[in-house]
Formats: sequence, structure tokens, C-alpha cells
Amino acid sequence: MTTQTKRRRDRKHTPKAKTAGLYKRAIRDAFTKLNPRIAVRNPVMFLVWVGTIVTALVTLDPNLFGTVRADLNQQRLLNGLITLILFFTVLFANFAEAVAEGRGKAQADSLRSTRSDTMARKVLPDGSTQTVPSTALRRGEQVQVIAGEVIPADGEVVTGMASVDESAITGESAPVLKQPGTDIASSVTGGTRVISDELMIRITADPGQGFIDRMIALVEGAERQKTPNEIALTVLLTVLTQVFLIVVATLPPLANYAHTPTTIAILISLLVALIPTTIGGLLSAIGIAGMDRVAQFNVVATSGRAVEACGDVNTLVLDKTGTITLGNRLADEFIPVDGHSMDSLATIALASSLFDETPEGRSIVQLAQQLGAALEFQPETAEGIEFSARTRMSGTNLADGRQIRKGAVDAIKGFVRSRGGTLSSELDAAYERISRRGGTPLALCQDNEIYGAIYLKDVVKTGIKERFDQLRRMGVRTIMLTGDNRITASVIAQEAGVDDFIAEATPEDKIEVIRQEQAQGKLVAMTGDGTNDAPALAQANVGLAMNSGTQAAKEAANMVDLDSDPTKLIDLVTIGKQLLITRGALTTFSIANDIAKYFAIIPTIFAAAGIGALNIMGLKSPQSAILSALIYNALIIPALIPLALKGVEFRPLTADQLLRRNILIYGLGGVIAPFIAIKFIDSILPFS
Amino acid sequence: MVQGWIQIVLTLLIVILITPVLGGYIARVFLGERMWLDRIFMPLERMIYRLSGISKNEMTGWQYIRAVLISNLVMAVFVFVIFMFQGVLPLNPTGLGAPTWDTALHTAISFVTNTNQQHYAGETTFSYFSQVAALGFLFFTSAATGIAVAIAFIRGLTGRSLGNFYVDLTLAITRILLPISLIGAVVLIAAGVPETLSAPIVVPTLEDPTVQQTIALGPVAHFEIIKELGENGGGFFAINSAHPFENPNGLTNLIQIVAMLAMPTALIYTFGIFANNRQQAWLIYGMVFAIYLVFIGVAAIAEYQGNPMVNALLDSPQPNLEGKEVRLGWAQSALYGVTTTGTMCGAVNSMHDSFMPLSGAVMLANLFLQIVWGGQGTGTAYLFAYLILAVFVTGLMVGRTPEFLGRKIEKQEVVLTSLLILLVHPIFILIPGAIALAFADQFAGISNPGFHGLTQVMYEYASAAANNGSGFEGLADSQPAATGLWWNLSTCVSLLAGRYIPITALLLLADGISRKPVIPMTTGTLRTDTGLFTGVTAGVILIMGALTFFPVLALGAIAEALQLAGGI
Repeated sequence: MTTQTKRRRDRKHTPKAKTAGLYKRAIRDAFTKLNPRIAVRNPVMFLVWVGTIVTALVTLDPNLFGTVRADLNQQRLLNGLITLILFFTVLFANFAEAVAEGRGKAQADSLRSTRSDTMARKVLPDGSTQTVPSTALRRGEQVQVIAGEVIPADGEVVTGMASVDESAITGESAPVLKQPGTDIASSVTGGTRVISDELMIRITADPGQGFIDRMIALVEGAERQKTPNEIALTVLLTVLTQVFLIVVATLPPLANYAHTPTTIAILISLLVALIPTTIGGLLSAIGIAGMDRVAQFNVVATSGRAVEACGDVNTLVLDKTGTITLGNRLADEFIPVDGHSMDSLATIALASSLFDETPEGRSIVQLAQQLGAALEFQPETAEGIEFSARTRMSGTNLADGRQIRKGAVDAIKGFVRSRGGTLSSELDAAYERISRRGGTPLALCQDNEIYGAIYLKDVVKTGIKERFDQLRRMGVRTIMLTGDNRITASVIAQEAGVDDFIAEATPEDKIEVIRQEQAQGKLVAMTGDGTNDAPALAQANVGLAMNSGTQAAKEAANMVDLDSDPTKLIDLVTIGKQLLITRGALTTFSIANDIAKYFAIIPTIFAAAGIGALNIMGLKSPQSAILSALIYNALIIPALIPLALKGVEFRPLTADQLLRRNILIYGLGGVIAPFIAIKFIDSILPFS
Repeated sequence: MVQGWIQIVLTLLIVILITPVLGGYIARVFLGERMWLDRIFMPLERMIYRLSGISKNEMTGWQYIRAVLISNLVMAVFVFVIFMFQGVLPLNPTGLGAPTWDTALHTAISFVTNTNQQHYAGETTFSYFSQVAALGFLFFTSAATGIAVAIAFIRGLTGRSLGNFYVDLTLAITRILLPISLIGAVVLIAAGVPETLSAPIVVPTLEDPTVQQTIALGPVAHFEIIKELGENGGGFFAINSAHPFENPNGLTNLIQIVAMLAMPTALIYTFGIFANNRQQAWLIYGMVFAIYLVFIGVAAIAEYQGNPMVNALLDSPQPNLEGKEVRLGWAQSALYGVTTTGTMCGAVNSMHDSFMPLSGAVMLANLFLQIVWGGQGTGTAYLFAYLILAVFVTGLMVGRTPEFLGRKIEKQEVVLTSLLILLVHPIFILIPGAIALAFADQFAGISNPGFHGLTQVMYEYASAAANNGSGFEGLADSQPAATGLWWNLSTCVSLLAGRYIPITALLLLADGISRKPVIPMTTGTLRTDTGLFTGVTAGVILIMGALTFFPVLALGAIAEALQLAGGI
């Protein structure tokens, strides 16, 4: 496991937000949400709340809605118990929502603490500076930030060069170098701290519109807008509620006609048992928790819609470097030529890379030492020659005058030729061989003599092939984009197991690929960081920008990864799917539960009609049956809160396998579980 | 007993054999393929289109809906006027005058909505002219309206534009209903069904020659075949297909059952051709068939076992033959009853009121579900609307926005399907039913108070809202009974709402879906053409359908069955 994936995994389990006092606050919020103006937002639970008030009234006076032919005290007791259970049902649902919101709030608080109101040094047109609060800054204005100060708002570096501590938002402790013009390193985020030198920054976001502000608003759920699927589901739940409202409201004439009259409290109990309170109570918690999971992955989404869209993605367009491969090529093999032995080649290779601190260089040293090579000179006596774009080679000059070089094959050929050396065809053969295997060849020489070639291999990230396999099973296609030539690209593509690849790709190719896929009706997700990625990020259905990327890229994307790890796109697909599955599973469960509740309530309350035979659970009495069904109905909400917050366990299976599995658990389970639970509650209730 | 079961099995086998033939034919008609009937009807159609000034342009959802509503309104008014003036119109050998206005209104609405709920006795209320020109006319047009809507719905679901209502209506009549009816009528005449315009015959009875009996006649044979084929169900005579002139023998009974099932079964296959997915069609077909078989089984066994209280008196188990024609027997009556309520035909060959309570429950369940096999055209559309609902409820569980045939199911689809499937029925069955029961003395005129009376009332509104038209009977719902006005007018509301709200919703649903982009199929896509998903759909249908009506069944038919079993 690479350190990167390991770090991500750790973070998944240790949310950085503090959760102390979370439940206490959620309990308080559960009561606040009883306010009718807030409660009405959830039509299903609002109806339960109204029912609670009505049952409370008939507890005070059982004859309020018509004379009841029964012992009044017994009626008061039953109605009182019903009222209590209904009240708790509403509270439990409110609590579920409050817990989910609370987790988001805790995260928002920890973010907000990074953004205490700072003072900023605004640069006026005449060049002088003026100290203003950061909230007074507007887009387009320039500020000066010096070492030790906090950057007041999102912006782009205009002049200066400085290292910036971005640990507040990324959790990465190593400071990042920021300087103008360099596409990636020129954008800065408000709330991060300059630790050396100074920067002149042009503000790109108005106060409250910045990156962190958006993130806070989102995880807090303050601006949470319902996603398309959530809206559609709410419609279904509302219609179901209306249906059962009609069913129950039309029941009294039927019951009276059949000479088995019933009371208002019992009718309300039946209504609450039938309407989909389970999913109705948990729906918003599921949505908030989904956003929260994304935030825990250190990804900022601009909308819940974007998170949901992740589950629907058909195609992932991925950059090779950084996403599929580690980004560094490592020495894999030495190929001696012109009669040189492997040992002598390894010795030369070791010497050539002694001063090369790049990952490539270090991997060459490592490979040479593995082959038993040792230094035959004192390192202090030698002089390292750095790589330059002009010479395209690096190396070591020894004290005895020997010059050892490694570099691009034609650069080394030129070096040898200029010293009067001869070239054989063996090097070209080695070059060919390495290229065909998808590697990058380096040539190695000492003075005018070629020793051989080094096979630098692009290393595919561990576990990436398995993840692509999983994606394929889920029906998600992967396309790799790379600037490499066709041969190299095809080798990597095969090794990583992507479905398709585009070699020698330009940024324009990216947007072209996305358009092609979308033209077939597919939803496309991609990652990007550069300014020239912005159009593609905007075109894609899900665009994940790297936090290290440019402002333009971040604005075009609908999600930003604070850790700048493009592999996360794959995790986001899983989160999106999990969100949808959780919603579907609990809806199915909620509706399936109704069968048992019907069989508990109808036969017992209409026992006078002689339908006691339908009481297949053998519940003790009408009172006990109704209370058992209602208690089950109330308790199932808190029982399912952990599932709603954590999400249904996701497995990368095909749609048919997923359906079979989930129908079995939540559909069939939803039919059976309440029969057992209601029977159990009935058996322990002290009613006869 | 064995004979009865063999009759049932053979009838169903014939239906299965007809399905692909007729379904394929319907698909060819509406996919615009050439056929030999074109030569006969093309010139006629061209003339009709030219005279009526109808353009054959493609219609949008709302245009299609408007065409359905306007054409149906015109037809209803036309028929109402004929009824009110039948006294002065020709072909009135018995000199019948105009019926009461509410009977005429109820009958016009009932027949234009393809329901054919009858609050009158045909032979003593309507002249031959009214029966043939008004009711016979609506037999064709209301059935063709249903077929047109189904075809438009299927077109939309499979990504085509909806088509043109007038063209579809014309094709449904000229290529499907008329040719089959012509052949069917001739066969029925051969089997003994009368087809005459002569007046009723008056004869002395055998028992007592001084007593005169009037034997009603009429142009019955052609009326009979389209009554069944078009899921109309309105009888020429008051007792419908129990009358020996409507349904004289086993052969005519078989023809009628097959005719009832022919269109709704075939349309499922037609969908398979349009969707280019016959497996999907056969799976849905199998699912409905399975529910249908269970229902037939329950009814047939209940009727075969008979009434336990009667059997106790007789001291031997006898099938329940009360209200049944002995020439047809228990098996043919049970099969007919389940079929006529399932297909929304509404013709009856026995008294549903006299069936055993569990058979009554099954027939009521048919009316509530509306998909076993469902009404002419609309039933098939309902079936796929249920499929969409099942996709939405369970589809999320595969981790994608639910899709059906490659198109996303989103808010609009959920609004329309849940309105269509979940809301219309409770509103227009339970609410008027509850009102009638709350004021039973003033409105209902129930012949059997108690659990049975509850079923009588609920059945009447279910029959109206589902556009079935069969009567459980036992209600004083005909003029001049005091409660006749209430029944005529209150069922009109259910008739209209049960017909036109769903048609509007179905067409809007299809229109919206047809405009959606198609998402390619991957292993991550929920497949609807699998046994698993078909089972899930059956579960959704039974739960969604049963949940709404469980109290009605529990307090009506089930309570009555338990009462009978308990011997109270």
C-alpha cells in the first residue's frame, strides 16, 4: 500500500471534526425541530406531529370527537400511551436529522476556526496599502500578505514567491511553494498561512463566496438543496401518505356499517403505522450523511446533485500520471551493450546517479546496488552534473577526469560522438526493446564509450487494476489519457487494466473524449488541475479539480479534492452509489414493513367483525397490538440511524447481484422483521 | 370436477396460442407495415381524413390528450342526444320513450369510458336504434380509444413520438376491431345467437297457456362480439351474457372468454416488439398470468366447494350454483367472472352477488389492481406504469438513478405514475363508497346489509373507477328507484375520473419519457427483463395494491367468508 492510499484510509476512520457533545446538541435540536414551521418541511413526519396533538386532545377528553362506548379511564390510558409513542416517533426522526447535521456542523466549525476574521493589507491604485477587515475585500482587489500572516481570501498570486502552510484545509503539513504564472502553484486559498517571504495576491472571490465558505455552507446543510432523486422520492412518500390518509379517513363509515366502530386515537395510530415514517424520518439524514462522507474524504462538492451524479457515472476519464501511475519512472533493468558486462554497467550507472536526487536517480542507485555494484572512488572528490533541459543529460565528473553521463539516447549519442566515440547498432536495438515494453530508455556512457541502456519503467499504482476491475463490474468504463506515445500508452493501459486509452493526448483531446462519450448518453467524470483542463472539467458531468490546481480549474469543477489525489474519483463513485442504495434500501424496507403492521392492527381493532382469524401473530389484545406496532414503528427509526449515517455497505457487484442482495435483505427482511419484532414487543407489554 | 378444470386449462391454452399472432399483427398495424387489408381500407380512410379535415401529423402529449378528450366529448353528447330522442327515431319496435335524463347521462358516460356500467335493463329501456347506433358505436370507438392510448404509451416508452390519435383510432377500428368482429359475429350467429331487427315475440307459456311471455330479440350477435373483444361488457339484455340469446352454449361462452382476453394479452406482446425485447414482454405476461391463475384457482375452488351452510342443509358438498346458469356450470362461471373483472370487460354470465365471498374478494382485487390483464389498452399501460414504479422504488438499490428502457425515472415520472396508480383509485372508490355507506339509508339501497352490503357498495365504485362495468348487483341503482339518481350521478364522477385522469397521466408520462436521452446499458444498469425483477414487480403490485384496499377486503369479503365458515 502506498503512503498516499494509507493516509486516505486513516482519514476515513478519523474524521477531523470533534464529535464531543454531538448527541447532546442533537437531542436539543430534536426538540427545536418540533417548531411547526420547521416540522412542515417534512410532510410525512409533520402528519405524525399533527396526529400526536390530536391524540393528546383525546387523552384529555376521550369523548371530544363523539361519545366512546368504553371505560373512560382505560381510554385515557391507551390514548395517553399512543400520544407518548407518537411524540417519540417525531423526536426520533428529528434526532436522526439533527445527528447528521451535527456531524456536518462539527466539521464546519473546525473549518471556520481557520478563517477567523483577519485584517488584510489592501493595495490601493496608487500603490500604498490600507488595512481593512478581510470581509471588506472584493473580487479583483489586490492585497499584500507577508510571512506569518493569514491569506484573507481566495486569490491568485500576482507577484512574489512564498511558502504557504495549507495544513488547515488539506491536512498536509509540508508547506507549498506559491509563485505567479506557474498555473498550478499560483492559486491560494483564504485561511491558509504564509510562512516565508511575501506575496501580492489578486482576490478572486467576494467574502462569503470563497472556497471554505462554500464548504462550510455545504457540510452544515444550511443551503442543502434536495437532490433530484430525493425530490422524486419525497413525491412518492407524500403520495403514499395521502393514500393512507384517504384509506384511514374513509374507514369510520365502513367500520360503523360493519358494526365495529373504532376511536379517533386508534385511527391515527393506524395512519401513523401505515405512512412511510421510517424512510420519511431518515431521508434527510441519509442525504446529509452522504455529503458528510464526501467531506470526510476531504473533497468539497458544490452540490448534493454532484455527489449523486457520481453514482450514475458511466465513464471515468483519467490522466495517466498521478492517477494510474505513481508519476515517477523507476529503473527496472540495465541492458549492457558493445560487449560490456552487467557488472561494469552497474558500476557506471551507480556512479552516474550518485548526485541525482530525483526518484529516477535514486531508483538507479538502488538497482545498481542490488546488482552488487560499489563505488570505486570517494564521493567527495567527484562533481555532480545536474540535468538541464538543454543538455537533456546528467552525470558525474570524477577526479581522474572521467566523465560519466546518463540521459536521453540521442543526447548521449551526441556526447559520445563529440568525443570521437563510435556508435554501434546495439544501443538502438536496446532502445527499441525498451520502448516496445512501454518504458523510457536512458543511455549511459563514460567519455566516448557507450555502456548500455537503463530501462525506466512507469510504475502502476498498487491495487489500481483491482479497482478498475471493480468499476467494470459496476458498469463504469475507464479511459486513460496520456502524453506518451501509443506503444508506451498501450503497455501501461494493459498493465493497469483500463478499458481504453488515448495516447499523445492534448488538453483538447480531453474535452473531445468527454463530448463523444456524452453523445452516447453517458455520464462522464474526470479530474484535472491545469487552466487548460477547465473547459473539460466544466463539460464533464462530474469534474473533480485538485486543490493544488488553478483557480480556473477549481471554478469549472463541481468538486475539489483538498488532498489533490486524483484516484479519489473512484472513491466518489462508490460514495455516490452508496448514497442511492441507502435511500432505496430504506424506502423498500419502510414500505415492506406495512404488511406486518396491517396484520397487527386491522384484525384486532375490527375483531368485532369476526376477522380475528387474520390475527396471525396471535397478539394479545387490540390495545397491545396497536401499542406494539407503534412502538416498533418508533424504535425502528433510531435503530436505523447508524445505517442511514454510515450508508448501506457497498460491494462492487453488478446491478443484478446488488438487486438480489438488497431485495433479500431490505425487501424480504422488511416483510419479515416487523412480524417478529411486533410479536416480541406484544409479548413483553403488560397488557392483557 | 375434472371436466371443469379441463375447460379452464383449454381456454387458457387457446389464449396463449393467440397472443403472439394477434400481438404481432397489432404491432404491424401500428408500425405502419403494409398488409392486404390496406387495399380495402386505405381509400376509405383517405376519404374520412379528407372529409373531416384531419391532418395526420405527429402529436405532442397534450395534443394527443386534447384529441382524446374532445373526440370522446363529442361522442358522448351525440349518444346522449340519441337516447333522449329515441322515441321519435326509427328501429323502435317496442315504442320505448326517452329514459330519465340521469340514466341517459350515466349510460352515455359509462359507455364512452369503455366501462358499460348499466343502471338499466337493455330490452326495456333502449330501442334497437339506440342499442346499435349509440351503444354499438361507442363499443368500437371507446375500445379503439383505449388501444390508441396504449399504442401511444408504448411508442413513448420506447422512445418514439406518440403518433396521431385520429389515425390510431381509425387503424384500431378498421384493422383490428372491425375485421375480427365481422368474423366473430358470423360464428356467433352460427352458434345460435340471434341477429334480427324484428320485434319481440309474444308466446303463451308451456305451463299455463293463458299466460303470455314476451321473448326479447334484437341484433345481438354483432353486438355481442365487440362487447367482449372491446372490453365493453354492456349487455343487450339486462342479465347480460347469462341470457340464452347472448350466450347460448359452451362454444359461445368459450368465444366470449377468449375474446375478452385476446386484446390485453396481445398488447403485452406488441410492447415486446416495439421495445425489441420479447423477453421483457413474456416475463410480464408470465407474471400477470401467474396472478391470474391464482385468482382463478381461488374463485374456482370457492365455487366448487360451495356454501358450507347450504351444504350442511343438503348434507352433501355441492358447488355453489346460485345465480349461475346450469348450462355453463361452476367452472365456466368462475373463469368468466375472474376474466371479466380482470380484463375490465364487465360482461357477466352469472351473478357476482351470488358468488362465494372469496370469489367476490378476488373479483374486487381484480378491479383494484387493474392489471390482471387490465382494460382495453389502458390495462397494458398500467402494467408498465407499475413496472416504472417498481423500478423507482427498488432501482435505487443498485446505486444508480433508476432507469427504465434506458431512460431515467425522475420527478415527473414519479409524480405521474404515483398519481395514476396510487391516488386515483382511493379517491374515487373509497371516498364515494364511504359516503354511500355513511348514508346507507338515504343513498345506498343495499339488498344485503352487513359485510356483503359493504362489498356491494365498494364493488360498484370500484367497477366504475376501474372502467369495468360489471355489477356486483344487489343495489337499488336503477331508476325509478329512489336511490337511482344518487347512483347514476355519483358513479359518473368515478367513471370520468377513472378514465381520463389516468389517460392524461399515461400520455404525459409517455411524452416525457420519449424526450429523454437514452443511457447505454452496462452491467451497472438494472435489467428489468429478468425473473428477479419481474418477481420484485409482482411484489410491488401486490403490496401497493393490497395496502390500499386491505381494510375494504377485510371488513367486506374476508369477514363474510369467516362468518360463513363459522356457520353464523
